[in-house]
Amino acid sequence: MDIMDEIRDLSRKYPDRRGALLPALYVVQKEAGWLSQEALDTVSRALNLPQATVKGVATFYAMYKHRPMGRHLIQLCTNVACMIMGAERLVDLISGRYGLEPGGTTDDGRFSLVIMECIGACDRAPAMLVDTDFHADLTADNIFEILEKYE
Amino acid sequence: MERFLLKNIDSPDSAGIGEYLRTGGYASLKKAFGMEPADIIAEVKAAGLRGRGGAGFPTGMKWDFASRDPKFPKYLICNADEGEPGTFKDRPILEKNPHLLIEGMVISAYALKSERGYIYLRGEYPHARAVLDKAIAEAYEAGFLGGDVAGSGFRFDLSVHQGAGAYICGEETALIDSIEGRRGQPRIKPPFPVNVGAWGKPTVVNNVETLANIPLIVSMGAGRYSEIGNPECPGPKLFSVSCCVERPGVYELPMGIPLREIIYEHAGGVRGGRELKAVIPGGISTPVLTPDVLDCPMDFVNLPKRGSMLGSGAVMVFDDTVCLVRVCWRAMRFFEHESCGKCTPCREGTGWMRNILERMEGGFGRDGDIELLQDIARSIMGKTFCPLGDGAAGVVLGFLRNFSDEFMYHITNKKCLAESG
Repeated sequence: MDIMDEIRDLSRKYPDRRGALLPALYVVQKEAGWLSQEALDTVSRALNLPQATVKGVATFYAMYKHRPMGRHLIQLCTNVACMIMGAERLVDLISGRYGLEPGGTTDDGRFSLVIMECIGACDRAPAMLVDTDFHADLTADNIFEILEKYE
Repeated sequence: MERFLLKNIDSPDSAGIGEYLRTGGYASLKKAFGMEPADIIAEVKAAGLRGRGGAGFPTGMKWDFASRDPKFPKYLICNADEGEPGTFKDRPILEKNPHLLIEGMVISAYALKSERGYIYLRGEYPHARAVLDKAIAEAYEAGFLGGDVAGSGFRFDLSVHQGAGAYICGEETALIDSIEGRRGQPRIKPPFPVNVGAWGKPTVVNNVETLANIPLIVSMGAGRYSEIGNPECPGPKLFSVSCCVERPGVYELPMGIPLREIIYEHAGGVRGGRELKAVIPGGISTPVLTPDVLDCPMDFVNLPKRGSMLGSGAVMVFDDTVCLVRVCWRAMRFFEHESCGKCTPCREGTGWMRNILERMEGGFGRDGDIELLQDIARSIMGKTFCPLGDGAAGVVLGFLRNFSDEFMYHITNKKCLAESG
């Protein structure tokens, strides 16, 4: 399906087409992993909304990205439960191994790292998402075993 | 206790409609269609169900307000934006028992005469998204959703609306903004969503666990249901227990169970047999308590008497190795990040408090920092549109009320009491 049609199709779930704005942003973000000006314009045209409205909404939510991301997005939780169970050490280890700071992307474009605010897996802390894959019970020993599977 | 909300979740097929039907699923829905909508609302009122999202508002009363409003259409929204740090109680329902939620929503919609529902799911739960989409498709296929639900002539459509990483959208008016395709910023109340909600129409927003209780109330009847747990706020309650315990996890227990039983019998006690130092009883936004509350019943009535709240029932246990200044700092970093920016006291104050806690934690605390934190917190409390600001202020005041020695030690000795102990 054409991306414009896909977005218009989403808007049928809402009494007002603007309701489809968040899902539409996900649709266009899936293409390149981030929201370029062109992607935002597509949403603006498909839903007939002002560009400023689209950008205003897109910049409010943490999961919409406004610059190119690595091929794989690591979203690691460091909130209280994960912090107590050692998440900050994992941030240091990832940083050391890949030269990757929170908010950054590796030079080879392989990984981006984002610190997440509570992933809702405090019983299996620390935990992270890599793209849409969930990984929990992370340790200094298993973190690279997991990450190395993402090329 | 017999498990109602988490029944069958240990079965590998628990999320499928086949397994759900095989174990009596959707029977409450059929029973509900034999009742008048007003009678279902009366039953939920009589059952004494209070909202499980955190505020504990009586569900039946909320429904009554919405059903008395003459405007149509009416919307039913499930709040699955489980973002309160420490909370993961709705996850097992969403991922392993989604048809219980769908059944609860259809019954609720029938009672409210709503034809359209949304599940507002946090963006951080991609697996739950996949499970819910599949379960909704199965329910349409089986005729439990759509134009003629179970041959009753009642219409109800349901879909998932995925959030995108904003804690504030757990607040119901911000959530409604987000469904409407706006920045999630709380609205002033009144008007309440039950009268002026999504697209200006009467809207009921209920938490996942609240809606999952509805089939149970219909099948058991209010009388038997209200025998579970504390008579003042009855029912089963999901507790998510985390941090320094032997067996962290989600436990379905009667409302009003003493905190001691949750920690020591169900969660296996403090890890390594260490000493219990502090407990946050209801998610990071609820004030921290000292171990002398262990015999307090965990419910909406008793925790406020001890200076905290049940919140989402997220029990966070801290042993004597944990630095509470660091916990408080991390919590404030969270609030600063998640403040939507609408109200100045919250937007600015959370950052100021994070800054002071950060210097304290880093060994640069100053004399007067404790008083300064208290002053900022009191300047936020009660001066914001939504409870995020109050939560942030309450967290700081709670830590300073119960653990000021540890904060003082940090300022005086430039290091942690915990690590030196």
